[in-house]
Amino acid sequence: MTVNASISLEPVAVSSHSVWRKLAQRKLAVIGLVIMLICVLGATLAPWITPFDPNEQHFDGLTIEGAPLPPGAVYWLGTDLLGRDLFSRLLFGAQTSLVIGVVANGVALLIGTLVGVTAGYFRGVVGAVLMRFTDLMMAFPALLLAICLAAIFSPSLWIVAMVIAFVNWVQTARVIFTQTSSLVERDYIAAVKTLGAGHGRILFRHILPHLVPTLIVWGTLGISTTVLLEATLSFLGVGVQPPTPSWGNIIFENQTYFQSAPWLVFIPGAAILALALGFNLVGDALRDILDPTQQGRD
Amino acid sequence: MPAYILRRLIQSALILLGVSFITFVLLYILPADPVRQIAGRSATAETVASIRSQLGLDKPFIVQYGTYLWNLLGGDLGRSYLQKTEVGALLVSRLPATLLLMVAAIFCELAIGLTLGMIAALYRGRPLDNVLMLGSFVSVSAPQFVVALLLLYVFAVKLGWFPIGGYGTFAHLVLPALTLGILGSGWYSRIMRSSMLDVLRADFIRTARAKGLNRTRVILAHVLPNAILPVIAMVGIDIGMFMSGIVVVESVFGWPGIGQLAWQAIQRVDIPIIMGVTLVSAFAIVLGNLLADLIAPLIDPRIRLR
Repeated sequence: MTVNASISLEPVAVSSHSVWRKLAQRKLAVIGLVIMLICVLGATLAPWITPFDPNEQHFDGLTIEGAPLPPGAVYWLGTDLLGRDLFSRLLFGAQTSLVIGVVANGVALLIGTLVGVTAGYFRGVVGAVLMRFTDLMMAFPALLLAICLAAIFSPSLWIVAMVIAFVNWVQTARVIFTQTSSLVERDYIAAVKTLGAGHGRILFRHILPHLVPTLIVWGTLGISTTVLLEATLSFLGVGVQPPTPSWGNIIFENQTYFQSAPWLVFIPGAAILALALGFNLVGDALRDILDPTQQGRD
Repeated sequence: MPAYILRRLIQSALILLGVSFITFVLLYILPADPVRQIAGRSATAETVASIRSQLGLDKPFIVQYGTYLWNLLGGDLGRSYLQKTEVGALLVSRLPATLLLMVAAIFCELAIGLTLGMIAALYRGRPLDNVLMLGSFVSVSAPQFVVALLLLYVFAVKLGWFPIGGYGTFAHLVLPALTLGILGSGWYSRIMRSSMLDVLRADFIRTARAKGLNRTRVILAHVLPNAILPVIAMVGIDIGMFMSGIVVVESVFGWPGIGQLAWQAIQRVDIPIIMGVTLVSAFAIVLGNLLADLIAPLIDPRIRLR
């Protein structure tokens, strides 16, 4: 009986079925889901659906004067300054963006959750130190820090991912800290403590499951931030290094041609915007659906 | 209140101290060697060693940091490794351009964001509202450099209305300010929309309507002033976002502010300048947050300072 009592006191979880149904009712969220799906499919199927090798410099890929080709029948989206097929580079670039998005954001979520849960659950000196450190990181100009780190460590895909994670975990830590410290105060936690549950059991069975909705929301919104940051670093030349295609470095490489061959800048630019927009739209809808305090507002 | 302000000031000072420490550590452990940058590739080991000792870079970390802090207390940010000028003087010469851009950008953000947010709230749930909200998502999802290049392409290259880049006249200011304005407006329009909706639901609005005021009058005299104030309090927080954005925008438009200074310094591993810009940016962020927290209760007495 006591066990039943402790369960009934817990906040109600949201079933994934009803989340999908609610997402499908929102126009903006559906637009976002479609964009996400196209990007993920494009990236995963890239080796099979790209007409050319993304790094092959085609003999007929440049005009006689040596300028890139505009979009056409052979090279659908045109060629870049080295005569490589832009469409193929774009699809492989989607892989780079998504890999960095998932890895960097995953690491940021992990750090944020660890810091937030530790500070919120154990509190005391450790909690205070962790949260003051978080405040401190909030005062850093994030992009400046990222550019600085990426420029100074000779950049590679993984370094870029880690730099982004290092500047992006802060918001997650704050949100998770607030949630954990309010969960700890709840009666059901006192109840399971009385029943003799240890820290591990309380954390993994009674606290973490309730943080999952928040993590899903921040996981989705964070991918958008991460994709934008990667693109910015690559555009400045301190992100993912050519010849590995990334949407940011395609623009970086071709920006000298931006007046005569604007598609080389604006097609990858539109791709970055679309991907970030997709994750933002879905993340925002998920926040409305999963966060009870947001319900009834719009 | 005075006790609260004092506590916040001390906190802010500690945060800045922390920022200086972390930046110093990061720049100390970095693999790139500033001395090699200064000495050049063909320098002998002796030249390298003498430059290193001249700059005090052969001393232990704690001595280097201590010296830096001590000088900082006296207002001395050190000398640029490569330009040989005082970092403080460099920052002072670059700050007016950045501040001008900041004021213009925040003006654009507010002008676009508040107007669109207000319209969205008044047309809540209708197609126009949906379009405006989609627009606000597009603006927060757009990469800065793409918007900057797009505005350059359309208004400078194709139409020739504005110069391609540079500094000096009002025409030079328009495109960089508009870039930042468009990007920031999405954030403001969403806050403005929800603030308007909150006010529209309030009892005093129902009273105003009940006593027979017409809709336009209610909106102009009662809704707008109450809805705008909380949004204005957000400008302080916005300064932080602004400081993060200037590196890219100033580089693309060749705007001679501290963002461009930072980007040049990063490429040349000019550590004193990187330290200086980071500290100035962090100072602006901390100050902005402090102002936002102090202004909020003045605007809305329901918010109490803790």
